[in-house]
Amino acid sequence: MAQTVRVKVRRQDEPGAKSYWQEFDVPYTQGMNALTCLQEIQKNPVTVSGQAVAPVVWESACLEEVCGACSMRINGIPRQGCSFLVLDPQKPLTLEPMSKFPVVRDLIIDRSRMFQALLDSHSWIDIDGTHDLGPGPRQSPKDQSWMYVLSRCMTCGCCLDACPQVNEKSDFVGASVISQVRLFNAHPSGKMHADKRLDYLMQPGGIVDCGNAQNCVKVCPKEIPLTQSIAEMGKQTLAYGFKRFASKPDLEM
Amino acid sequence: MADEKRVIIVGGGLAGLMGAITACENGLSVDLVSYVPVRRSHSVCAQGGINGAVNTMGEGDSPDFHFDDTIYGGDFLANQAMVRDMCYDAPKVIYLMDRMGVTFNRTAEGLLDFRRFGGTLFNRTAFAGATTGQQLIYALDEGVRSWEAQGKVRKFEHHSFQSIIKDGNNNCRGVVLTDQYTMESFALKANAVAMCTGGIGSIFGKTTNSVICTGSAASRLYQQGVWYANGEFLQIHPTAIPGTDKNRLISESVRGEGGRVWVPKKAGDPRPGRDIPVNERWYFLEEKYPAYGNLVPRDVAARELFDTCVNQGLGVGGRWEVYLDVSHIPHATLHAKLAGVLEIYEKFMGEDPYTNPMRVFPAMHYTMGGIYIGYGTETSRKGDLPGHWDHYQHMSNVNGLFAGGEADYQYHGANRLGANSLLSCLWAGRVLGPQMAKYLEANSSLGDCSDSEASSHVQEQETAYGAVRKMTGSENAFRLQEELNEYMTKYCTVVRVNADLQKLDAKLDELLDRWEAVGLHDSSTSSNQELIYIRELRDRLLLSKVICRGALERNESRGAHYKPEFPTRNDADWLKTTIASFDGTRNPQFSYENVDISLIPPRERSYKAASHGGQESK
Repeated sequence: MAQTVRVKVRRQDEPGAKSYWQEFDVPYTQGMNALTCLQEIQKNPVTVSGQAVAPVVWESACLEEVCGACSMRINGIPRQGCSFLVLDPQKPLTLEPMSKFPVVRDLIIDRSRMFQALLDSHSWIDIDGTHDLGPGPRQSPKDQSWMYVLSRCMTCGCCLDACPQVNEKSDFVGASVISQVRLFNAHPSGKMHADKRLDYLMQPGGIVDCGNAQNCVKVCPKEIPLTQSIAEMGKQTLAYGFKRFASKPDLEM
Repeated sequence: MADEKRVIIVGGGLAGLMGAITACENGLSVDLVSYVPVRRSHSVCAQGGINGAVNTMGEGDSPDFHFDDTIYGGDFLANQAMVRDMCYDAPKVIYLMDRMGVTFNRTAEGLLDFRRFGGTLFNRTAFAGATTGQQLIYALDEGVRSWEAQGKVRKFEHHSFQSIIKDGNNNCRGVVLTDQYTMESFALKANAVAMCTGGIGSIFGKTTNSVICTGSAASRLYQQGVWYANGEFLQIHPTAIPGTDKNRLISESVRGEGGRVWVPKKAGDPRPGRDIPVNERWYFLEEKYPAYGNLVPRDVAARELFDTCVNQGLGVGGRWEVYLDVSHIPHATLHAKLAGVLEIYEKFMGEDPYTNPMRVFPAMHYTMGGIYIGYGTETSRKGDLPGHWDHYQHMSNVNGLFAGGEADYQYHGANRLGANSLLSCLWAGRVLGPQMAKYLEANSSLGDCSDSEASSHVQEQETAYGAVRKMTGSENAFRLQEELNEYMTKYCTVVRVNADLQKLDAKLDELLDRWEAVGLHDSSTSSNQELIYIRELRDRLLLSKVICRGALERNESRGAHYKPEFPTRNDADWLKTTIASFDGTRNPQFSYENVDISLIPPRERSYKAASHGGQESK
């Protein structure tokens, strides 16, 4: 018989339901990844005990680690399913939904809080319109090179999932949006609206809730220097806090 | 009373997002529908860059050269007036994205950097590392969010498009969606709808496309009477890495930055690529096409790779693979300009491309064909255009139903040039907003779609789902899909032979029969992906008929459509747009329309020497 991989999946039938485990044996092929295993289950949705079940559901899109859709916990670690290669078929694979987001079903989770954070934090560059206004501001190749790294954030949620400060008792917004604010505040025209973003980071659940566990940077699939971003925004919010405090009476006219 | 200023945009890739922004700027409110959170749309996969003749490199490039390269690259099948408008707008589009904060690579002077792409001799491609599509979509996603914050955009993410609501007078009045989580179907009303639903890669299975490029939306429209044009024209990208679940793109920009394609001169040479001396390597593209070298257009490159491996047996290790080599380029250059794509190779192949030649093979990549749309009367050359209902740019043959981006058929003719796709998507988005606003104003007397009209369309979908819920046959939809993929890839990609296409057509009939015997394994009413998938599979089979039969009919070779039995372009009979329409049966009805060649007369297409349409070339 052809070689197989044992896949253990934590399943959940609908939002709020209890989770349970199922195990599958799927045929091994060289170069396969965690999502290929799930595709094999679709083609033969039968557990190791011979029970016919509904195929496992999950989110995915690009399958090349640029869209951020297929985040899940693989062998306990939050990461992208598509780029997790099954190198040793002897080792069982454990797939679970990420733990810090509401489960929709099986491995599908609701990450809408992350998009809401981008909305609330004014994470965009304001433009006067799409009509022709000529080129944008000049930037040095050096600035482009570090800003480009930050702008590769896929909103995948791994950094939130790994963060001990993100839990049901806390409102902590997590590392990704803090790093996005750093990006927009560094942009030559984005910095004109830096205050709005700093106000956001200084709200409850903002940057002071970071506990410096540094898990975020370890799990980021794009190797974004998230802890550097948090440190930088810590400085910016501190400076802004002093300025805001000092200038307040003058503004009230 | 409904909001007469509301429009619906289905699809949140570059075209849909830009369309949403221009719609808002034109005073409209937008319901934005997407299969996934818009930030995860397939546009993220575009790597290499976006074309625009900004000419900051001092090469004498101009929008006219860009226009000529695009028409020539498309083997004269593209309607010309709108292509010209797009090329003239391209520098402005790039500047706009620059203003929106895209982290484009920069020159020493802080200006936008440009690199070379296929089918041109100019450095015309702006880029953000090797993840340009991702960077563009993020800027637009953020731009749309600024309108969302003002209450002008409502998002329906994780929703699947089911049908348009079409009244008895051929007017589009809204859409029916299914919530992918709750599985509930419902109607959204609007008298202008734009479909920006991308390509149809899933028909071919292992492609460079995302799995969300299901082909279902295009097929549903076709089944509702919307014309589908040039279905047989599909782009096979020459350089992808074959995988178990998809074929991952290795961007043309790799060759734009100096990457070289070669095979060992000795068939089946067992040595690792890096150990084979330069004089024992055959750089076949450079040898055969001295002017363009490794940057011939994709259809030409894909055919040469295919021929080298399949017919000549010179693939790496006797397999269907060639080397794509950047190991001679300095590490720092590669890192600054190509890190994103080299990282993909390394992650998925477990081999360092900085020092080892990459192994690649062609894969289905882009859908040149798509929803038939009009040119509009605002194009630069009104009056001498074919087509007979050309009131609004990007409007289909159903009033109020627009399309843009990869979902439409314009701009690329028989072969798309690299880095023109991001441009055509953004340009379409720039057109969609104003055109929909204009249409709504001219048709304000239409009023609101009636509740009964809307609910009858919802009921149709409920009935169709109900039928699938009762399917208990022995066939597995995911396995049928694999058979479809295998046949389409084998018989309808790089080389097309009529006898093979007939075999494929018979296979499609067989799969349509077997689809009736599919069994549903998932009875859940929550996030039931299989239920949606089974219906989408039938959509794909019907659209595959359009592709296969369209290819069968077209007895010539043009751009990406290559028939060894008819090896030359035949303008006398086939300088025509294919239009497929649905008559309720499996087999499409075809009609043909003349192509707009009003600006550049067709000439022989060969990349052996530089070609700029008789204009002064550099």
